[in-house]
Amino acid sequence: MIPSSYYLALSAIIFVIGVVGVLVRRNAIVILMCIEMMMGAAGLAFVTFSRYLNSLDGQVAVFLVMAVAAAEVAVGLGIIVSVFRHKQTTDVDEINLLKW
Amino acid sequence: MLDFAWLILLFPLLGVLINGFIGNRIGKKWVGRVACAAVGLSFLVGVGVFFALLGEEHGRTVSLFSWITVGDFQIQAALLVDQLSTLMSLVVAGVSFVIHVYSIGYMAEDERYSRFFTLLNLFVFSMLILVLADNFLLLYVGWELVGLCSYLLIGFWFERPSAAEAGKKAFLVTRVGDFGFALGVMLIFATFGTLGYAEVFEQAPQVLTTGLATAITLLLFAGAAGKSAQIPLYVWLPDAMEGPTPVSALIHAATMVTAGVYMVARTHVLFELAPLSMTVVAVIGAATAFFAATIALVQNDIKRVLAYSTISQLGYMFLAVGVGAYASGIFHLTTHAFFKALLFLSAGSVMHGLSGELDMRKMGGLKDKMKTTYRAFLAGAAALAGFPLLSGFFSKDEILWRAFNSSIIPSASLRAGLWLVGIVTAFLTAFYAFRAVFLTFWGPSRVDEEVAHHIHESPRIMTTPLTILAVLALIGGLIGIPHLSAVEGFLEPVFAHHQAVPPPPAPPQPGGGSGILEWVLMALSAAVAILAIILAQYMYLVNPDRPGRLSKRYASIYKLLSNKYYVDEIYMAGIVNPLRNLASFLSRVMDAGIIDGAVNGLAAFFGRAGEETRKLQTGYVRNYGLAMLMGVVVVLGYLILR
Repeated sequence: MIPSSYYLALSAIIFVIGVVGVLVRRNAIVILMCIEMMMGAAGLAFVTFSRYLNSLDGQVAVFLVMAVAAAEVAVGLGIIVSVFRHKQTTDVDEINLLKW
Repeated sequence: MLDFAWLILLFPLLGVLINGFIGNRIGKKWVGRVACAAVGLSFLVGVGVFFALLGEEHGRTVSLFSWITVGDFQIQAALLVDQLSTLMSLVVAGVSFVIHVYSIGYMAEDERYSRFFTLLNLFVFSMLILVLADNFLLLYVGWELVGLCSYLLIGFWFERPSAAEAGKKAFLVTRVGDFGFALGVMLIFATFGTLGYAEVFEQAPQVLTTGLATAITLLLFAGAAGKSAQIPLYVWLPDAMEGPTPVSALIHAATMVTAGVYMVARTHVLFELAPLSMTVVAVIGAATAFFAATIALVQNDIKRVLAYSTISQLGYMFLAVGVGAYASGIFHLTTHAFFKALLFLSAGSVMHGLSGELDMRKMGGLKDKMKTTYRAFLAGAAALAGFPLLSGFFSKDEILWRAFNSSIIPSASLRAGLWLVGIVTAFLTAFYAFRAVFLTFWGPSRVDEEVAHHIHESPRIMTTPLTILAVLALIGGLIGIPHLSAVEGFLEPVFAHHQAVPPPPAPPQPGGGSGILEWVLMALSAAVAILAIILAQYMYLVNPDRPGRLSKRYASIYKLLSNKYYVDEIYMAGIVNPLRNLASFLSRVMDAGIIDGAVNGLAAFFGRAGEETRKLQTGYVRNYGLAMLMGVVVVLGYLILR
């Protein structure tokens, strides 16, 4: 059996890539994709624990994670479209009016 | 009758209320009538009380209402109606009445007529509280109130900066004394637990150590020195001449300034337990008497001469009470009230007739043009000088004799010294008094042209009070003839001594040595007075350029005297200006700089902190994301490492 730590390490790596992506990338849509990546990584972790603890709870959790991810993407894309209509750009750095 | 003594206070109070509130609407005539009636009725009640008291041995306490009740501490608003307070009330009310009548004429042209009479009545009310009080707290209330009235009346013509300054000066200087007085009263309370005269005086011999008694009495005397213008707190009185002349006559000659003498006489039990304080009182009294007399010699303003004369005569009164001759001091207080008020009112009459001139160098030759005023002033001056058989003669001579003979002052040389200072001062007093007479009324007229046309005798409403006071000044002394002294006998129950202290010197045994001594000293006083008058006549009538030549020969002394020994300047430089600088420093540096700086600085600090902190709000989403990540890392780290 593959030790659970391999799966968890994979999950962690994907999560970190997602975080770095959120911090570094300027395109709003790419940032949304990275957020999705983070949720995927979380889902992977859940499934791993489900397998190695012989419990179905983890897989049920993944259901919920997926549902949330979908809803979130919908809302997020809606916001991006709305912002794009005002600013004609998806560059996150341009959206800086809420400052001192 | 004694139980109605509170009426003495009621009438002046009514006068204040009526004139104060509706004075402007009832017209000048009625204002004057109300004010005079108030004081007049007060005087009549006083007379009634006086006669009622003749039949009694001791006075009575008339309680008005319970004033302060805090746990064990109780103060009644009560009046002590005994011989001393009755005599004082008569003097206050009587002289005030005469002065009120005079003021109707003197202040007739003034706009703030009703305010003047309101304040005068308020003053009489306050002074009567002071002398009739039955406890130290009520005494203090009266004490402070007369100080307030003095301030208001000195600065009555407040449009004049000098008058406003003088009022301020009077209040501040007496405040210094009053501070000591308050401390004394507090010390009394701390020691005795009560402030009523009866309890304090009864317990004093058992409770007080000499040290404590000395402390209390010296503090009380500080108040007296302020109120009664003794060294070092006399400096306000000459300036107080800025006020209207009736004010000078009433407050600064006859009544308020005698409050200190009254107080020492009233608390004589405490003073006798502190021989050092008695000596201090006597010495300061004598020193002040001499000091002020020397200054009066060279003053040109007629009111200033009288002001310094008042300071000097008050010195005599303190000399009297300092050597244990309380009745003599009060007797001199009474005669002084008569002749000093007379002198001031006459001076006012002169000023009235000369359209406000008060420089004696610009007077002269008035004795035929202002006959009644002249005679009044002459009577007053003669009484002041101690001309034989007039009132001033008996009272002053009594003091000198008692000083020489006191049983309270142990040192014979000190007694002799005090007597010597007293008699020299008597010489100076007679001299300056008649200098004033001759300069003002005799000789060629040195009056200004325009003023000379209007010289006129004052109206009857002003000259009648002068006549009344002149009669009193001339014959008032007869009630105090030595060995027949009705004054002394009347006041004896008040000053009767307790066993702890030896009785005052008994009247001389028939044919004894001290009997002759007394007459010799009396003859000496008379001679001194007459000599001084003759010298004044020589210097100012016969040989009028003599004084001028003398002042040039002894120019430095003359300058010293006419500048009042530069005491005011010394006080300004040594006390007033340093205090002003300190106040300025504290105001600028401490208050505005440090305290305001701290408060404002605190606010500024938070402002700056806020300004720096808000730079976190960059508006960059990625910064926020980074911040969130940092937070998560910290929390996770904490949880894992725990």
